[in-house]
Amino acid sequence: MKGRAAITVLAAALIFFAGYAALFVAPDEATMHEIQRVFYFHLGSWAAMYSALSVAFIANVGWLVTRNPHWDWLGVASVELGVVSCTAGLITGVLWGKPAWGIWWTWDPRLTTCFILWILYVSYLILRGLIEEPQRRATLSAIFGIFAFLDAPLVYASNRLWRGQHPSPVILGGDNSGLDPTMGKVLLITVPAVMVVMILVLVDRYRLEKLRYELEELRLVEEERGSAANSMPIKELS
Amino acid sequence: MKNFHFLLSAWIAVWAVFFAYELSVASRLSKLSEDIERLKRQLKQG
Repeated sequence: MKGRAAITVLAAALIFFAGYAALFVAPDEATMHEIQRVFYFHLGSWAAMYSALSVAFIANVGWLVTRNPHWDWLGVASVELGVVSCTAGLITGVLWGKPAWGIWWTWDPRLTTCFILWILYVSYLILRGLIEEPQRRATLSAIFGIFAFLDAPLVYASNRLWRGQHPSPVILGGDNSGLDPTMGKVLLITVPAVMVVMILVLVDRYRLEKLRYELEELRLVEEERGSAANSMPIKELS
Repeated sequence: MKNFHFLLSAWIAVWAVFFAYELSVASRLSKLSEDIERLKRQLKQG
């Protein structure tokens, strides 16, 4: 518990420094000025989303190969965190888009593929809620999760493959891309800040799924005891 | 600083989304732990 408290304090400090660096250390961008500073947490949200969904993909494959419930718990926990990070990325994008483009939303390739990704993983979570039998629920959601993950590389590649409203990539975007060195250093604080928070919440969400499994097991024992008591001969009961 | 309110809203949104989700997980965790303890007690007694 002490370790957890120490990590939480560290995460809070990192969030504070990340905010400070993004606001006061990062240089002003020439065309967008202060609103460009959304970038530091916008990118952090996407980094958290890609990490969470990659873990979910590995966990989904892990479940199908081993049938070990730990993979299923990790799968659903990371999908939820992926949806949360994607939601944060979409909200920051919308709040950046309005002052930068003059519109809240446009059906540009990057935004559209990303919105589809969000819908796919929300569907994954709805699907899980509809299936009661644990083994079937884990298998069907793992298959659906692997299918949904196909959209993740498409989101990444969308503004490299097609021209749209969304800016071209500034990191790993080819010869004409690049980032101011100070902006790059600030990203090295802001992205880990979001990632640390994401990992802390993921650990809790995994524990939650583990407890759910434990509760289901205990309920089964209770039901078995109940039905054994009901099927006892009258003499034994008395 | 004419777009500062957009910047502030975006930053608050990121942490609010994560914080609200963590609150929901923590509340579900505490409810589940209580349910498990109660069931364990019932099974011990019965």
